[in-house]
Amino acid sequence: MTLTTPAGARVVGTTHLPRYDEDAAPAVPRGSLGRMTVDDKFVRIGSWVSAFGMAWLVTQQLLPLPGLAWFVITWFGFGLFVTAVTAAMTGGLVDVRDRLAGAILTAGAVVVGAALVSAMVFVVMRGWRPLLHLNFYLDDMSGVGPKDPFDRGGIAHAIVGSLMQLGIAIAITLPLGIGTAVFMTEVGGRFARIVRTVVEAMTALPSIVAGLFIYTTFIVALGFPRSGLAASLAIAVMMLPIIARAADVVLRVVPDGLREASLALGASRWKTVWTVVLPTARPGLATACILGVARGIGETSPVLLTSGAAPFLVTSPTDGVMNSLPLFIYTTVRSGEPNAITRAFAAATVLMAIVLILFITARLVARPRRTKSRRGRRSRPAVDLVMADPLVEMGPVQPAARTEENP
Amino acid sequence: MTTLPVADAADPAVDTVRPRKISRKATGADAVFVHSARAVGATVLVIIGGVGLFLGWQAYPTWKNYGIGFLTETQWNPEADVVGIASVLAGTVTVALVAMAIAFPLALSTALYISEYAPASVKATLVSLVDLMAAVPSIIWGLWGFFLVMPHAAELALWLHRNLGWIPIFDVPSADPDAAVWDASRYTASAFCAGIAVAMMVLPMSCAVMRQVFSQTPPGEKEAALALGATKWGMVRSVVLPFGRGGIIGGTMLGLGRALGETIAVLLIISPSFDLKLNFLELGTNSISALIAGRFGDASRTQLSALLAAGFVLFLLTLLINTLAAVIVNRSRSGAGTDA
Repeated sequence: MTLTTPAGARVVGTTHLPRYDEDAAPAVPRGSLGRMTVDDKFVRIGSWVSAFGMAWLVTQQLLPLPGLAWFVITWFGFGLFVTAVTAAMTGGLVDVRDRLAGAILTAGAVVVGAALVSAMVFVVMRGWRPLLHLNFYLDDMSGVGPKDPFDRGGIAHAIVGSLMQLGIAIAITLPLGIGTAVFMTEVGGRFARIVRTVVEAMTALPSIVAGLFIYTTFIVALGFPRSGLAASLAIAVMMLPIIARAADVVLRVVPDGLREASLALGASRWKTVWTVVLPTARPGLATACILGVARGIGETSPVLLTSGAAPFLVTSPTDGVMNSLPLFIYTTVRSGEPNAITRAFAAATVLMAIVLILFITARLVARPRRTKSRRGRRSRPAVDLVMADPLVEMGPVQPAARTEENP
Repeated sequence: MTTLPVADAADPAVDTVRPRKISRKATGADAVFVHSARAVGATVLVIIGGVGLFLGWQAYPTWKNYGIGFLTETQWNPEADVVGIASVLAGTVTVALVAMAIAFPLALSTALYISEYAPASVKATLVSLVDLMAAVPSIIWGLWGFFLVMPHAAELALWLHRNLGWIPIFDVPSADPDAAVWDASRYTASAFCAGIAVAMMVLPMSCAVMRQVFSQTPPGEKEAALALGATKWGMVRSVVLPFGRGGIIGGTMLGLGRALGETIAVLLIISPSFDLKLNFLELGTNSISALIAGRFGDASRTQLSALLAAGFVLFLLTLLINTLAAVIVNRSRSGAGTDA
């Protein structure tokens, strides 16, 4: 094996022993091991600042590359270049690679963040004007044309429709989904494995196919009219496997010790599930359900197939076509009128606000409980069920595997 | 006072004492619980298993009618009894592949940034933001893609055509890249534009799976790499990435499965066409889900059966990809105990 110094020179044969220097100043302990020094910070930030200047010079003064996009791309290119040069000044190839990789990975994360922020800001910017009118929340669109001003018409029918369809879908999926999860984890057996396989397979069902299924069976074959009920059935068919699977993973993370303790104390199996397993898994279950609901409220295609874009308020789910927020946005944007498009963006803002509220509720419910008493009694860290992230639960990763091995 | 049991030799019952029978069979309230839980499971199995069976059953007459031609025919013209999904299937796959080509590097770098580079104080916030991104409805990504991104995407497409047009897939046959006034409309509403919006939808899911796997990397191995003098990137490359390979592949394929079934954003952005083509920068493409959404309304019984067959093909494709993803993630080292 060849030894090399950081500068890359080969060291052959000699060993330098440290010598004690009488005159040297006493060693100052480093403030922190992990943090960057001022020097490092200057080099890193300075590279990007200088790249900004170079990009400005090249795109605005030298080459005909107009537009923000070119500026950002050149900035990024120069930033990488200057970072590489400054890294090469103090270190070798290894340092250059390290810095470049760090810069590229950070840039990727920044792009993703920018996409998220731009989507939200863009929707709000395009749609804030109708939001200022109270009738936007209280009226429906009956008799309102696409060109009408914003003080006429509203999206009350879409909001009511969305909430009603979702309410019915939740009433169907929540008991069935959690019940199935309880069956798969608490009862088990060969039949449970079959159920689990089928549930996992059906999470792959595209939402449009779920809608088409309800359309073919419920509306064409059984002859029911298109209605809000059909739409909620379609959403339920789509959501059921998702919620069942997510709840299954959350329940599997509950430590077996808790179950066994409860059974050993003489509780029946139902009592164990009801008073031990479900309460322990409560935060994870809530997150799973609320994110499943957020997914359900944003789905357009099942509603497009099984209900329709009615412009008026419908309060009975079996009484004819019933609009929903995503479908309202879709049909209104398609009309092409500038006013209608602004209205659609306003509806999109409302939809996003609803999703955001659901999301924040999920996070608050799922937050690990803080110790309420400060009597010096250090509470045992609760079972980390929050780490059972429902997004991942829908995926093939099974966090349960590790927890069981290292309890 | 404690009374100890005394063995009574005279009692004949002593001989007959046997260990009590242990039975795992539930009795009483437990039996009620087990049976009702099983009933719920059976109900769900019937409901969602029924969906799959129904789709297959409905697809069968179409399959019998058109045979293999259903997969190779490009036109969808039920009036002339010519029905095939070759072009829409190709369009679906193109959109999904474009989406993955954009989403994969972004998801990987975001996952690595969150798990390895981000300061500990903002890590939880970043994880929440990625989850929030997954919860953003697809119609909003559709609006974003259609109104905000598409004009810029068209410019990028023109640039790609001008500089890489000699590669067949970057070619746009119907437009001249060096024209004095470029024909912007030929570059919009393409699979490329739809792919960008779909990428934003599948990215958070891939990213979440990857991050989860990366965060399970044994800390001992990471610290060992750092202690041996590796830089952070050296540690990531030699420990985190090999460990998380299964998660990377699995997360990507899971995203691909989601991208294939995406409807409304694609429907909003593309302009439908039934040409079988690979030039993803050019105007016009189609996908199975957009086909269903566009044609279900005026469909007769046989056409509906053909649409269901198309949906069944889409479902099988998604199912295949998801299953592969699950197998890959479970087989890999990720998630297995390592500090032995």
